[in-house]
Amino acid sequence: MIHSLFLINSAGDIFLEKHWKSVVSRSVCDYFFEAQERATEAENVPPVISTPHHYLLSVYRHKIFFVAVIQTEVPPLFVIEFLHRVVDTFQDYFGVCSEPVLKDNVVVVYEVLEEMLDNGFPLATESNILKELIKPPTILRTVVNTITGSTNVGDQLPTGQLSVVPWRRTGVKYTNNEAYFDVIEEIDAIIDKSGSTVTAEIQGVIDACVKLTGMPDLTLSFMNPRLLDDVSFHPCVRFKRWESERILSFIPPDGNFRLLSYHVSAQNLVAIPVYVKHNISFRDSSSLGRFEITVGPKQTMGKSIEGVTVSSQMPRGVLSMNLTPSQGTHTFDPVTKMLSWDVGKINPQKLPSLKGTVSLQAGASKPDENPTINLQFKIQQLAISGLKVNRLDMYGEKYKPFKGIKYMTKAGKFQVRT
Amino acid sequence: MTDSKYFTTTKKGEIFELKAELNSDKKEKKKEAVKKVIASMTVGKDVSALFPDVVNCMQTDNLELKKLVYLYLMNYAKSQPDMAIMAVNTFVKDCEDPNPLIRALAVRTMGCIRVDKITEYLCEPLRKCLKDEDPYVRKTAAVCVAKLHDINAQLVEDQGFLDTLKDLISDSNPMVVANAVAALSEIAESHPSSNLLDLNPQSINKLLTALNECTEWGQIFILDCLANYTPKDDREAQSICERVTPRLSHANSAVVLSAVKVLMKFMEMLSKDLDYYGTLLKKLAPPLVTLLSAEPELQYVALRNINLIVQKRPEILKHEMKVFFVKYNDPIYVKLEKLDIMIRLASQANIAQVLAELKEYATEVDVDFVRKAVRAIGRCAIKVEQSAERCVSTLLDLIQTKVNYVVQEAIVVIKDIFRKYPNKYESVIATLCENLDSLDEPEARAAMIWIVGEYAERIDNADELLESFLEGFHDESTQVQLQLLTAIVKLFLKKPTETQELVQQVLSLATQDSDNPDLRDRGYIYWRLLSTDPVAAKEVVLAEKPLISEETDLIEPTLLDELICYIGTLASVYHKPPSAFVEGGRGVVHKSLPPRTASSESTESPETAPAGAPPGEQLDVIPTQGDLLGDLLNLDLGPPVSGPPLATSSVQMGAVDLLGSGLDSLIGASNFVSPPAAAVPANLGAPMGSGLSDLFDLTSGVGTLSGSYVAPKAVWLPAMKAKGLEISGTFTRQVGSISMDLQLTNKALQVMTDFAIQFNRNSFGLAPAAPLQVHAPLSPNQTVEISLPLNTVGSVMKMEPLNNLQVAVKNNIDVFYFSTLYPLHILFVEDGKMDRQMFLATWKDIPNENEAQFQIRDCPLNAEAVSSRLQSSNIFTIAKRNVEGQDMLYQSLKLTNGIWVLAELRIQPGNPSFMVLQLSLKCRAPEVSQHVYQAYETILKN
Repeated sequence: MIHSLFLINSAGDIFLEKHWKSVVSRSVCDYFFEAQERATEAENVPPVISTPHHYLLSVYRHKIFFVAVIQTEVPPLFVIEFLHRVVDTFQDYFGVCSEPVLKDNVVVVYEVLEEMLDNGFPLATESNILKELIKPPTILRTVVNTITGSTNVGDQLPTGQLSVVPWRRTGVKYTNNEAYFDVIEEIDAIIDKSGSTVTAEIQGVIDACVKLTGMPDLTLSFMNPRLLDDVSFHPCVRFKRWESERILSFIPPDGNFRLLSYHVSAQNLVAIPVYVKHNISFRDSSSLGRFEITVGPKQTMGKSIEGVTVSSQMPRGVLSMNLTPSQGTHTFDPVTKMLSWDVGKINPQKLPSLKGTVSLQAGASKPDENPTINLQFKIQQLAISGLKVNRLDMYGEKYKPFKGIKYMTKAGKFQVRT
Repeated sequence: MTDSKYFTTTKKGEIFELKAELNSDKKEKKKEAVKKVIASMTVGKDVSALFPDVVNCMQTDNLELKKLVYLYLMNYAKSQPDMAIMAVNTFVKDCEDPNPLIRALAVRTMGCIRVDKITEYLCEPLRKCLKDEDPYVRKTAAVCVAKLHDINAQLVEDQGFLDTLKDLISDSNPMVVANAVAALSEIAESHPSSNLLDLNPQSINKLLTALNECTEWGQIFILDCLANYTPKDDREAQSICERVTPRLSHANSAVVLSAVKVLMKFMEMLSKDLDYYGTLLKKLAPPLVTLLSAEPELQYVALRNINLIVQKRPEILKHEMKVFFVKYNDPIYVKLEKLDIMIRLASQANIAQVLAELKEYATEVDVDFVRKAVRAIGRCAIKVEQSAERCVSTLLDLIQTKVNYVVQEAIVVIKDIFRKYPNKYESVIATLCENLDSLDEPEARAAMIWIVGEYAERIDNADELLESFLEGFHDESTQVQLQLLTAIVKLFLKKPTETQELVQQVLSLATQDSDNPDLRDRGYIYWRLLSTDPVAAKEVVLAEKPLISEETDLIEPTLLDELICYIGTLASVYHKPPSAFVEGGRGVVHKSLPPRTASSESTESPETAPAGAPPGEQLDVIPTQGDLLGDLLNLDLGPPVSGPPLATSSVQMGAVDLLGSGLDSLIGASNFVSPPAAAVPANLGAPMGSGLSDLFDLTSGVGTLSGSYVAPKAVWLPAMKAKGLEISGTFTRQVGSISMDLQLTNKALQVMTDFAIQFNRNSFGLAPAAPLQVHAPLSPNQTVEISLPLNTVGSVMKMEPLNNLQVAVKNNIDVFYFSTLYPLHILFVEDGKMDRQMFLATWKDIPNENEAQFQIRDCPLNAEAVSSRLQSSNIFTIAKRNVEGQDMLYQSLKLTNGIWVLAELRIQPGNPSFMVLQLSLKCRAPEVSQHVYQAYETILKN
């Protein structure tokens, strides 16, 4: 099982270590540093590294490497999933997960880690339960603690851990009972030069914020459940009812949680909401190139596209760019060669465009590679897959909750090749 | 106020100050001090000196303080074992606390104190906790057993904790079950032989029930444990699969992958015609695809596993090619894995799409990735035959980009394409040669040299090209040196005349000036081969190379099956069995997929017969093993069988040694010219030559050894066309060597001297193995008989007709040209006997349009006579059978250039004068069939 955890910043300093079994010397991280040096970018450090006596599994989040050390055959996904859980927990506890924040809260960090694993076996990883055991620091509590001398460690038995619904704490009470669901879809696509779709898929999630008193039992049904053929559920969802009736039936955890994530695969037709017209050319003879891109709406079901940003990694030979946008602002970083254009909202009557010239290094030959254009955008009130919630019902409690559903479509990894 | 204040140090001794604070009377100050100690400990500072002071703080009601002290104890107890004893009492007391949280905390912390002395005191509280009424305490205690086992295994066994742990598998609380399973699995790892997790249908049922209710982590432990179970039949396997399938929709990817492992393993037991089997296959694809939308680290592990799954059951993901397309900002380790899977999934249906993607990738920035993409194009060509042409043209496009590493990589893969599809794409060689100068990587240089050597006969300036490489021989890497050596030897065997110097140079470079034993040894082997037996050298060096296939990069099936059992583990990431890398190899049990066992009720359908058994019809081609054996005995020519006085190959083999080297060898490595080829009348060499063939030879009027049929000499060059020189001759093949028997007659009035002979390039590379030796000047009206040894290492050019040979003979008067047709059977080699299985396979493998039918009339011979006569010309009968009164002979022969010809000869017994032999020939090169038929006819009719 998981032996130890090292937190390493991008400068290569170990700033926190935690051992759940015997102590593993820090020197084991030397193998990690080697790999880190070899990789050109932090993202490219391989997630599994073997050393003569241990294996190092790492994830890179918020500019911190979380390196787990294991000694025997352990499912690597188990370790990586756990590391993600650690990151999420820190973020949940401290708002942000960064080196200074973790250092500021080192005792809480240490206590949380201690509760999450016992001898390398996961103990309490649900943030609901953890928060009962160790109270997250808040300004108010810190002040109160210093005055009254009480601590942020709960003296409760984590009751939830023993019930049949371990994800929900008992005795929840609210004056306003409310349940909100956000259907958020991210569209990943690769569009080729000519504008046709190479591959497109949708990653969708339903995030919920449920603040209901007692033990409510909810059912959520869809207008078109057939779209969901590849789903992952929160443990609270009763799988049998989904299998037989295509209805989500569950006792929700208290607070924020991800009810469901789904995947609409490349085989179904995926509507592409935006198009990019581009004309980027470098000539062999001159050191000037032409650059022109236009963004426009495609299949948006009448909704407007907002928050559009366009970014593109220019070839190394590019010295500077002289561009004029029809709207929004643009920047070009001559060091990283990253062009980014903050477009804003697309007005279908007057399509935003960015035109101008590119100057190349004198004497350099025409760049071999074509820049790929990366697109970000948001569409409110639309789930691009067409998924629609039919109704939400509550059983088991008497009161009437306030219910709300919101849809949103975002660009995930949306790339246009030129 | 944040914890960062704990990191500030004061000028005075920090430890000293903390000590004072810890011993303070004020609770608040004490707590702050402990926090500071913990903070220092977290960042790796040594605060063990404070041990007694911190332990003193343990007796407190404040839960937070207690926890902090516990944290400290866990870290430092090992270094202060004597002090740690002081804490025992508090632990024992806490284990009795009314609050289950405290009981659990105490037993948990105690287990983490890795001090032998403490463990003794731990046993009693642990025993109580294992039977605690509160499941939270029980589940914590279960893990504690694993901890204790790690510290003192013997103690755990003596105290009977293992049995208690086994009982916990039947606990009513799913979380307790999961932890018990996890603990037992970990203990079992260090006890490979022990039967700790003794699974039976009852316990499996318990686990499956707990699976639905426990935490995600517990589900992983239970699924991994289930995967070790072998169901007794396919029904049980199916019912387990049905109950595991819902786990595929879990949000935790580790749960998903563990479930995939169980399903992949148990699927092996299900019959393929079961409806459920198809359903299961369909259910497996979506979760695997979903794993790819997770974070890159998860993707990486998932991809490594998908790589295995795709090899084992390609049908699962065959329609999901697109999800493996690479996004330009994927981390490099994800890109490379995706590429690998794309190739594995490539098929005729999607190859166009794949190639377009690969071409796109080849223009990216990342060099490693671009290389791998180019390589992938080559692998596609090898995998999907229909796409080969398109792949080659894509590669040529890439070569035109002149991007150095792209060109080099492309050349390496084109070499592989040549090996897979010989004689198809050699037209691109010219383009490759243009880029010769830009190659600076050893692998690309070696590949290019290989291509030049292999196709030396098509590259006019092959010798110049290789010579240019030779200049910097010592600076090259070993790979290139070895390749250069081989290529030059190949070149020499193909164009012996112009390249003697070159080959001597490389041989001496390799053998005398090199310190590398591999290179030296290879050099000596070539040298020896060339000097003793160039024919053999040719057979060795220019031997037909096995075609490479895409399987070369597949994981070997037994390993694959083992790895399937390890899906989701490190083994699956490394694609190595755990025994290959797990520390000390302890606890490694080889796993294997369960065999298929049908439940007693289900009847075995014909399709379920093991795939390895040959289908019935295949056996029909050759009657029965018994029959065949008899035939083989009749035909067997090996020494132990004192068979009929046929020309036996054992005798012939002896003759090879006597004659062969004398005739053909190029004696002396420094001088590759053979000594005067003693034109030994062949029968001298075999004093014990078998009588029968001697008789036979008499009829042909030439003194040849037993061997293939020799046609009477015919006039090739009439005197009037050659200023008085008349040449007649014939071809013979004996004991593995071909010779041209010439009779030169001087019909002119003047003496002829200075004879020499040369062959034009021809279909089978026939060339004189030695100069034409006419010792004395040929006086008018004198006739001389000469046997000119031939070899088949000359330049190859397809002639029309195939067996046409153009010869130039020179003497002191002029040069004369004539052409002659040689009978193909002189090219039938002695080892042309194909293995029976091989024959069957090859016969089936050659497409029917390559089959040619012929009739041989007026051949009054029975099957035995036919077969023995053909045998002496190296046409080997592999099997014989009788169908409806007709004798069928199955025969094989091999030409000097490695082409196999398979024959089926049908002999209709009856009136000898009307006898007709039906001959069907199958060959990969159908153009030789006609000539083989002619050879058959000549052999059988004479």
